[in-house]
Amino acid sequence: MEFLVASAIGILTAAGIYLVLRLRSFPVILGISLLTYAVNVFLFASGGLSIGAPPILQDGMTGYTDPLPQALVLTAIVISFGMTAVIVMIALGAYLGSDDDHVDDPAEEADSGREDAA
Amino acid sequence: MIHWIIAPVILPAMLAPFIILAARHHRGIQRVISVAGVVALIAIAAGLTWQASDGTVTLYQLGDWAAPFGIVIVGDMLSTMMVLLTAVLALFVLLYVIGSGWDARGRHFHALYQFQLMGIMGAFLTGDLFNLFVFFEVLLIASYGLMIHAGGDRRLRAGVQYVLFNLLGSTLFLFALGSIYAETGTLNMADLAQRVELIDPANSVGIRVAAVLLLLVFAIKAAVVPLHFWLPSSYAEAPAPVAALFAIMTKVGAYAIIRVYTIVFPPDLEVTAGLQGLWLLPAALISLAIGMLGVLAARYLDRLVAFAVIGSMGMVMVAISMFTPGSIAAALYYIVHSTLAAAALFLITDMVRAGRDSLRLSAMPPVSGAALTAGLFFVAAIAMTGLPPLSGFVGKLLILDAAFTTPLVVWTWAIVLSSSLIAVVGFARAGSTVFWKAHSIPRSEGAEIVSARAPAALCYTAVGGLLALLVAHTVFAGPMNGYMAAVSEQLFSPGAYISTVLDTPGKLSDGIAKEAH
Repeated sequence: MEFLVASAIGILTAAGIYLVLRLRSFPVILGISLLTYAVNVFLFASGGLSIGAPPILQDGMTGYTDPLPQALVLTAIVISFGMTAVIVMIALGAYLGSDDDHVDDPAEEADSGREDAA
Repeated sequence: MIHWIIAPVILPAMLAPFIILAARHHRGIQRVISVAGVVALIAIAAGLTWQASDGTVTLYQLGDWAAPFGIVIVGDMLSTMMVLLTAVLALFVLLYVIGSGWDARGRHFHALYQFQLMGIMGAFLTGDLFNLFVFFEVLLIASYGLMIHAGGDRRLRAGVQYVLFNLLGSTLFLFALGSIYAETGTLNMADLAQRVELIDPANSVGIRVAAVLLLLVFAIKAAVVPLHFWLPSSYAEAPAPVAALFAIMTKVGAYAIIRVYTIVFPPDLEVTAGLQGLWLLPAALISLAIGMLGVLAARYLDRLVAFAVIGSMGMVMVAISMFTPGSIAAALYYIVHSTLAAAALFLITDMVRAGRDSLRLSAMPPVSGAALTAGLFFVAAIAMTGLPPLSGFVGKLLILDAAFTTPLVVWTWAIVLSSSLIAVVGFARAGSTVFWKAHSIPRSEGAEIVSARAPAALCYTAVGGLLALLVAHTVFAGPMNGYMAAVSEQLFSPGAYISTVLDTPGKLSDGIAKEAH
């Protein structure tokens, strides 16, 4: 199971980093999503992996699984969900405004557009 | 339990929704609430700083849960000082916003501003690494809104870059936290300090990786080269007052490095020995050099100031990366200076923009009433480049003096001094082009001197206030430096911090004591 989880995190991270290094906003946002999935699984696994164990200590229980990473991962999921929504909206605004979805700095046509920046 | 220590987080958190719900359509009321809130923050922060100034560590257990189980808010000398600095900066920036009418160019400025303050205050006060992550996200998501305030295509594009870079940073932060939790089983800073100490140096790979990941995250926030690429575009394209407030955000990264790498991974700790010294100082020196070269190379005034911020963060990081009590004290002195100077420069840039077509560094027709702006720019530039008589000079002297302990002392002196010279040339060139050459271009027949809408008196008050604080920071350099030395001393003897956090009773603390018997 450790191998499965570890390789899943690895593949998700690799794919995420590859996509993040693209220049168009859609692949980059997908890459960010993959990276957040990877980190969520990673956080979940950081308390140790166990099957069928309760997340709380009770009398008569021999083993238990650490509940804290589950709380952490819930927080992380909520935050990354909200952040993804924000970036999608901002990227959409930028795309609709300039008819261009590249994420790098526009080259030197810069000068003309700058004036109304204020 | 004293509740005041959580007030800097709660107050803006309550004001922001109140502004949205109750004063959505009344800009005047929003302004009054916002200013009143920030003034109250200054009063609270001053009280907390005064309370912490004798070395007491104030602890607040959220929900009354004892330390490693619950989240704690901790006020010591460093965090209260940073809270006070943020509150003071926020007041002047807010005055400028009101004076220049920036808040009228988009919606919900004041609410986002309060959320931003809440995130920054929380990041300074929290004693828990995961909670630090959450407050980072609060301040970031508010900053996304502020960054694209008033819209515009270029600003949105810069905003996309800024958000993407910070999302990557957050992901990295979570990876670091996961590794730390897997290695130690806790995320409370005081608890971590005790547990990291017990790790066997022969088996330290995991914790070393975690420490480096965490350092990378904070270095992104502090814009240390090569992780600085997000800063120039986003600071230059953000609304100027927002960029001025962002001057404190790079310092959040510096603060986090100081906090974590003095308490959790102190420089003499065996398992992580050599991590900071080996990499951080060269990176900081390169940041300083690149920032100041950027000042010289910039073709727009806003980019110039953004690169000056990178350079001054490099300066702060040079001092931090030596990790001696003297160098941390010097870094703290310089942090206060560089926050105020950078904020003043961004605000002045906005005043310059009011009269010119663009911020391009080329001669343009003269603008009436530019003399006062030019004077303010002159003072702020002196402060930023570290020329005498202002506090940048004192700060650089302190840092150079602290550099004698490091083996790279020759490099440090050489780069600090030569980059200062480059920055002086860069600022002198920019200032003379913008303000003086205007009078040398031949005027065509009938062309009049442009009479721009002069910035409101409130704008001058805000910038003048920031510069007056810089002057005060210079005049009272002795007492300030003494205070910074005390802060740094407290950081390097974290015993009081750790015992206050872990030994204060709360819910569950009895249960654990029983279990241990």
